Amino acid sequence: MYTSLQSAITDAEAAGTTLFRVALDAEARDQGRPVAEIRDALRRALRVMREATDRGLVGDLYSASGLVGGDAAKLATSTAGPMAGSIFTGVLARALAVQEVNAAMGVIVAAPTAGGAGVLPSVLLGIAAAKGLGDEAIVDALATAGLIGAVVAERASLSGAEGGCQAETGAAAGMAAGAAVEMLGGSPSQAGHAVALAQQGTLGLVCDPLGGLVELPCVFRNATGAAIALAAIEMALAGITFAIPADEVIDVMGEIGRDMDVRYRETAGGGLAQSPTGRRLARERLVQIRRS
Amino acid sequence: MVGPSSSHTAGACRIGLLARGLVGGTPERARIELHGSFARTGEGHGTDKAISGGLMGFRPDDDRIRDALNIAEREGLAYTFEKTTISDDAHPNTVRITLERGDRSHEMIGESLGAGRIHITEVDGFPVEVHGNHYTIVLVAEDVKGSVAAIAQLLADGGLNIATLRLSRKERGGDAFMVIEIDERPGESVRDAIRALSWVRWTHRLDKVSG
Repeated sequence: MYTSLQSAITDAEAAGTTLFRVALDAEARDQGRPVAEIRDALRRALRVMREATDRGLVGDLYSASGLVGGDAAKLATSTAGPMAGSIFTGVLARALAVQEVNAAMGVIVAAPTAGGAGVLPSVLLGIAAAKGLGDEAIVDALATAGLIGAVVAERASLSGAEGGCQAETGAAAGMAAGAAVEMLGGSPSQAGHAVALAQQGTLGLVCDPLGGLVELPCVFRNATGAAIALAAIEMALAGITFAIPADEVIDVMGEIGRDMDVRYRETAGGGLAQSPTGRRLARERLVQIRRS
Repeated sequence: MVGPSSSHTAGACRIGLLARGLVGGTPERARIELHGSFARTGEGHGTDKAISGGLMGFRPDDDRIRDALNIAEREGLAYTFEKTTISDDAHPNTVRITLERGDRSHEMIGESLGAGRIHITEVDGFPVEVHGNHYTIVLVAEDVKGSVAAIAQLLADGGLNIATLRLSRKERGGDAFMVIEIDERPGESVRDAIRALSWVRWTHRLDKVSG
């Protein structure tokens, strides 16, 4: 398993290949299974991601507390837009959709976590649908995303309770950005810059869910996380480089997480959770859950 | 996985699945003590449903988890959930699970690290390191010389490949706790062969729950 994105990029470029190939080979070695089996597992993950996206877009799911639900369909069927292009709207709607399924205790793929599960499928499925890319290209991209996520897990954290939302939707944005850049024909090095560009945009992001539930703002932070990923993808594909290497940006994310006050690490002790309205909603809605 | 939180739902379910292995099936009684973020936000995340689901053998993507507390009543699993402080420096998502089934009673402390990854830190007071990404055999043995070699031989005879092996004991000459992670699923014959050793007090197989 790689603990440095740069060493994976170096290996891929030395072999004249892609990050997804390097990732699949490393995973096959680690698990002692052929690459074909790893790809089968990723195909199953893709199927669940697509089912969750489709399910969420129906618009009839609400969380146990009733705090979130129905917004993915609102965006997907809105006639007010798209203001920033149909790919952008499609990605945002999918990100909301997966999170609405998640909040309703539906089946999703943790990517890397449940709280950040909307970003990766929304970016990959949204772009693939718009560009007419087939499932095998998405499966390859999932392998790249897995490699990036494993590096973040090793160097920093993938837990809101340890590192805040930068470790969940932030890590997911980095995974999605790097994977999508490669899916769209970018080089391993461009994918690395996309990871750095996405992760830098989420540094310091706190985890402050109302009542401690993965609902509000989590559902919307997946949409804004996906938006940051799209921005990073646009910049990296244009050849823009980020001077701080992705590994170092990830290390910084870990440091900020360790320094982050416990109120901002999924405890509902600060941030939006402790805003006057946040407290009132959490109080009212939690009562509703207990009664149900 | 079933939402909404990989730490509070999927990880919690996996800890339940591993704990189940300690008593060799669905326990009759489970005392579940939640620490930190598990205690504060577990209810809204379905942590209670996920742990009980795991104790009944449900995996993290099993949508019966949503209804696990009702199913537990039908299956005869009597559970209690309590909020506790395990220690000041414990991981924010830590749980202590005490199980009874027949004449067996065991206790496990586990942490949910994020993204569904877990870390079992203690079994029956012995410090351990189990992550659930291998099949695992746990056993308590008298501190006799050659015990590791004898167990390794039994596993080799059973065609099993050892990934990691850790030995811990609370004091010199006291019982030793052995945790062996293996690549393949160990069969009942291997378990029975280990149980037949006169110096082995008890042994159980824990399922592979991740990876």
